[in-house]
Amino acid sequence: MLLIPCPHCGARNESEFHNGGPSRARRPADPDSMSDAQWVDYLTVPNNPMGPLDEKWWHVRGCGTWFVLRRDTVTHQLLGGADHGA
Amino acid sequence: MQRYSIWSLARNALSHHQNWQRAWRSPPLKAHYDVIIIGAGGHGLATAHYLARNHGITNVAVLERGWLGGGNIARNTVTIRSNYLRDESIPFYVKTVALFDDLTRELNFNLMYSKRGMIDVVQTSPKMRDLRRRMFNMYNHGSTYEPLSVGEIRQRIPSLTGGGPDSRLPILGGMLHPDAAVCRHDAVAWGFARSADDQGVEIHQNTGVKALLRGPDGRISGVETTRGTVLADKVAVVVSGHTTTLTETVGLRLPLKTINLTAFVSEPVKPLIDVVVNCPDIGVYLSQSDRGELIIGGANDVGQSFRRDIKQAVFEDAVAAMLELFPAFKRLKLMRQWGGTLDIAHDASPIVSGTDIGGLYVSAGWWGGFKAVPAGGFTLAHLIAHDTPHPLIAPFSLERFRHLDFVLEAGTTTVR
Repeated sequence: MLLIPCPHCGARNESEFHNGGPSRARRPADPDSMSDAQWVDYLTVPNNPMGPLDEKWWHVRGCGTWFVLRRDTVTHQLLGGADHGA
Repeated sequence: MQRYSIWSLARNALSHHQNWQRAWRSPPLKAHYDVIIIGAGGHGLATAHYLARNHGITNVAVLERGWLGGGNIARNTVTIRSNYLRDESIPFYVKTVALFDDLTRELNFNLMYSKRGMIDVVQTSPKMRDLRRRMFNMYNHGSTYEPLSVGEIRQRIPSLTGGGPDSRLPILGGMLHPDAAVCRHDAVAWGFARSADDQGVEIHQNTGVKALLRGPDGRISGVETTRGTVLADKVAVVVSGHTTTLTETVGLRLPLKTINLTAFVSEPVKPLIDVVVNCPDIGVYLSQSDRGELIIGGANDVGQSFRRDIKQAVFEDAVAAMLELFPAFKRLKLMRQWGGTLDIAHDASPIVSGTDIGGLYVSAGWWGGFKAVPAGGFTLAHLIAHDTPHPLIAPFSLERFRHLDFVLEAGTTTVR
């Protein structure tokens, strides 16, 4: 069980959160200037590293905040970096 | 190959079982092969077997980082079934069930194949509608699904005493899938390995692949292993959870996320359940092995994970869900647990495909990949041999992402 630091509520049990998947690059400002392959890559290809990964979390059974947290996908260690704006 | 039969058993008993041949060789690693298959798991070994048997390609090496059959082929819940939803999916899984039906004879290896059927226990109306829709689509493709009443379900599964009218989610009915089966998972890996080896394929254990290599023309040229460089004309990546780890060494990004899926086993008890029981609404499924253990599976861990253990919260959720329907199991001791890393594609359907890199093939995205082992190997071998996909896996190419033509499949057991 992860003890997840919500920026608003502090450390809370993992069961209060929904995992929103890996954090992505910002939506391209001008999709028309991209090739189809680049656009599909943006839409469908997530980061999948063995190691630190920025993930979105939603404190759905708490304050409702969305935030980004860095977690190691091998050790499950939380590496901080929580901030607002997924 | 030394054939296994009642006569070979009797003959070897006379010499106190000292003269059995080894089931596969350990040949020296060559510098070049026609085809390298990365991963001696179920899919990799099945691919090697069908490459040799159906296409006559035998200058093949199967490279394995650990030991043969030590990955997800040893870390699953051995359920074989074809109750999927999509027109693209059902024919593939009907084929895999058909291949399994004849596999013990084809491989001359006792898979302890037991066609015992599966019952879906349904507790919500939306799931009932979903399964009825699935039933009609399965009829179109030659699979089998039959509605069951609550009384029939309780008659078939006497230990299912929960889910009564006063419970949180009363049982509304269910479905019987007579084609479903279980078998011995290790035997699948060993049977395919023995058969592939007999046809000339080399299996190299303790040979981890560190990176893929590309030639000056951009095509795949081989792999860099812990035992040196091995060249090949074609390379197939069949490594489950670590697909992207390998393909990113040649700059190939794939729409895959690696997750952790787990299962656990109870102490052995007398015969109690003779079907596979799937409870989609509460997210748990179980069957009883020939040794009497209950094999229990639940949902995946949230988020991406490269771990092979089980998180306590995931385990507790599955146990709590199971006890709602099987309160008597509260007294069972649990003996073992395991987890595996698998990768799941953007649309939750498998990927069996060539790539933008000439000569490089991937078989990935298997969620419930055990059942798919024979058909997955059969179709991947066809793809490697002919460079065109077999019709059964044509919808599962990487091209579908390029055209946003997804195969959204909800037929995986633990997707609620």
